[in-house]
Amino acid sequence: MKRVVITGAGTINALGHDVPETLAAMREGRCGIGQLEFRDVERLSIQIGGQIKGFEAEGHFNRQQMTLYDRFTQFTLMAAREAIGQSGLEFSGDLANRAGVVLGTAGGGVSTWDDNYRAVYEEGKNRVHPFVVPKLMMNAAASHVSMEYNLRGPSFTVSTACASSNHAMAHAFQMVRSGMSPVMVTGGSESMLCFGGIKAWEGLRVMSKDACRPFSANRNGMVQGEGAGIFVFEEFEHARARGADILAEVAGFGMSSDAADIVMPSKQGAARAISGAMRDAGIAADKVGYINAHGTGTAANDKTECAAVADVFGPHADRLMISSTKSMHGHLIGATGAVELLACVMALRDGIIAPTIGYEEFDPECALDVVPNEAREAQVEVALSNAFAFGGLNAVLALRRV
Amino acid sequence: MTIQDRVIAIIAEQAVLDPADVTPESSLADLGIDSLGLVESIFAIEEAFDISIPFNANEPDKSDFDISSVASIIAGIEKLVAEQAGS
Repeated sequence: MKRVVITGAGTINALGHDVPETLAAMREGRCGIGQLEFRDVERLSIQIGGQIKGFEAEGHFNRQQMTLYDRFTQFTLMAAREAIGQSGLEFSGDLANRAGVVLGTAGGGVSTWDDNYRAVYEEGKNRVHPFVVPKLMMNAAASHVSMEYNLRGPSFTVSTACASSNHAMAHAFQMVRSGMSPVMVTGGSESMLCFGGIKAWEGLRVMSKDACRPFSANRNGMVQGEGAGIFVFEEFEHARARGADILAEVAGFGMSSDAADIVMPSKQGAARAISGAMRDAGIAADKVGYINAHGTGTAANDKTECAAVADVFGPHADRLMISSTKSMHGHLIGATGAVELLACVMALRDGIIAPTIGYEEFDPECALDVVPNEAREAQVEVALSNAFAFGGLNAVLALRRV
Repeated sequence: MTIQDRVIAIIAEQAVLDPADVTPESSLADLGIDSLGLVESIFAIEEAFDISIPFNANEPDKSDFDISSVASIIAGIEKLVAEQAGS
């Protein structure tokens, strides 16, 4: 089996329009969550989110591209440009034929659905733009990345709600590790911050009206975010031969299904995914220094996740650090694992652990070192990134310092 | 603006050309408009004139609406606009 390394990273999210800005915000414990701004927001009971501000498609894409790109595709292409640019790879010949793109999204072109339903239902229009379907389809972003960078190998989109990008990245990892492809572009994107997107989530009554405070006893729900995280996964020898800058090694993954409840998380399911990732990576539990938690800030997730970590790690659970960066960028749903993987890369590469901000009150059911409110310096050899989706589908990635 | 001028303006925008370069005898393919651009142009024309153009992208040649040249498109639209005014 081949070793797999990360040679490029890109993002756009509420904390920054690229990786350096995002990591700087995580180091400073800055909050990207604020008042949402879009049409009809006043009719929502939830009006906060990790919305990307100051981003205009004009200037990045031409007119024809803009008519074809939903916001989730725009985010993807911005992040892909940064990631592939950093990797220094150009795709032609045999490499192009074998390299592909596997992305995660939970909703695809949600605002395209929203805008066009509004037009035909609310405004009574009987005609919609011809590109509605190619714009909203879940694989639109992956397809546009493939076209932009000439990736002609295996390419598709994975949709497992809040674990979408972790499942996508695990799959891309498998493809490189098995030797199927020397390079895979992977990650995820989400853009649900529009009237219909938030209205649907309101129905579940799991959203906070004021802040995302993971692990804090006074937490009162999740806050949505938006954006994309894209990575270049490359076979180690391929990367070394061309002298690429290696950000971290992807060492393994674990996946599990709770097979229990469509929304309530399961300690056993989460624990099996975490221990599965370490087993797959051949890593002993006591080598794990940092976990980027799923940490949604809901009552159910955070206590279940902490119990799962306590079960898997035993006494070592009290020595490792676990933080939820959702407190800063919000929950990016299908893209969340991709943006959160950046915190793992920062922990391994820069020795800086991103904090859980908004932490106010100790909760005995979340009695782990959650790196409250301030980033911390620490040497970390192995980091895990958790994602536990609605529907009980779990995916955990293990990264190792190179 | 006449129907002809408006249609030429729409096609010119789609083709990223100056309207003066969109001559009646040219076909959409001559102007660099592909199949997706054609469907987008038809949408834009429908929106502009509030008409419904009988066009199926699966069988462009069998449609009642002749898209073989800019002139035939203009003629078809003039007919549809007239029918709509008379109905």
